Amino acid sequence: MTRLRYLPNVVTLILDSEKCTGCGVCTEVCPHGVLVIESQKARIADRDACMECGACALNCITEAISVRSGVGCATAVLNGMLRGSEPTCDCSADATCCE
Amino acid sequence: MRFRVEPGLYAAGSPTQESPVLVSANYKMSFDRLRSQLGGLDAWILVLDTKGVNVWCAAGKGTFGTEEIAKRVDVVGLGEVVSHRRLVVPQLGAPGVSAHEVARRSGFSVVFGPVRAEDIPAFVSAGMKATPQMRRVQFPFRERVVLIPLELVTGAKHALFLAACFLVLAGLGPGIYSLHRAGTEGVQSAALLLAAFAVGAVLTPVLLPWLPGRAFSAKGAWLGLILVLSLSAFAWAHPGTFENPASTGAWLLLIPAVVSYVAMNFTGASTYTSLSGVRREMRVAVPVQAACAVIGTGLWLAGRFF
Repeated sequence: MTRLRYLPNVVTLILDSEKCTGCGVCTEVCPHGVLVIESQKARIADRDACMECGACALNCITEAISVRSGVGCATAVLNGMLRGSEPTCDCSADATCCE
Repeated sequence: MRFRVEPGLYAAGSPTQESPVLVSANYKMSFDRLRSQLGGLDAWILVLDTKGVNVWCAAGKGTFGTEEIAKRVDVVGLGEVVSHRRLVVPQLGAPGVSAHEVARRSGFSVVFGPVRAEDIPAFVSAGMKATPQMRRVQFPFRERVVLIPLELVTGAKHALFLAACFLVLAGLGPGIYSLHRAGTEGVQSAALLLAAFAVGAVLTPVLLPWLPGRAFSAKGAWLGLILVLSLSAFAWAHPGTFENPASTGAWLLLIPAVVSYVAMNFTGASTYTSLSGVRREMRVAVPVQAACAVIGTGLWLAGRFF
């Protein structure tokens, strides 16, 4: 099928190779194959596929990865603007969105 | 309506103290999907309290998270039930679950399982190893179209309100309020708005990979232009459909604005948009949509008096 791609050159993903030990957990948790292990180090192979879910950064034991994580949801951004807060997905337990 | 499962430890099949422990959310559909895909595998299912939200969304909020896993392991006394010290956490839970933190706090190591529950038997029989394919999230046609009813239901309230406003305002004009105008042009206007909403909510998911542009708002704007062109072709074939030049001009702006806005809001249901990307597209799209909506509505209102 046609591969879906979002906007290029926009994500906040940063990898510090100095701190990377090449454990590979980031490649396991990434749902879009953004990171690969090469010569015992992680490398960002497909930056534009990143959706900033934050799984890699949260699971990096040496804190070599940073990303400003969040949900890529326009409704959440609009909710946040209306309330003057950070983007908030209004998925309270009874809401149907996100389920 | 509530679709929740009581958090706690459940048995699938006849698990022993060596059986794997699969972690799940307490959204009933997540839990049922997991159970139905085990294919006879004997396993423990540790259901977290995610307030009835699915794994991926709950992980984004942190309710499917490190803290809750450590707490739930403790509450159910998992250390007494199984002899091993390993949890299989769905990969899509990883945005909320820090594997090394869970290990530190609960003594259980975390193995990230496949994205899809259907791959669990293969994952387990391969010795808890996922293929790269099992780790990837796609957004195929089938997964997009099942979201259509939800898109229609969540947007319907706003769409119906907007349509009702236009229906009522259509009665304005020279002289006194005209029920006749509300019944003719008002009904037509309401129908056009609802059509624009429906096109955005239905065709965005269906045609997503084939619509031009990467920004969802751009994809929606194209859909809106196609609708406008179709309506123009219809009006050309049936002279007199749109008698009022001002309101005809209004629809050229209003329809693409509405469809673009509806499509933009589909970003949240998609599986590949980043927050930074959504913010970038909104910085351009929202002012354009708003300008089209304001000018379009102004033209339409002006059309009441000509």
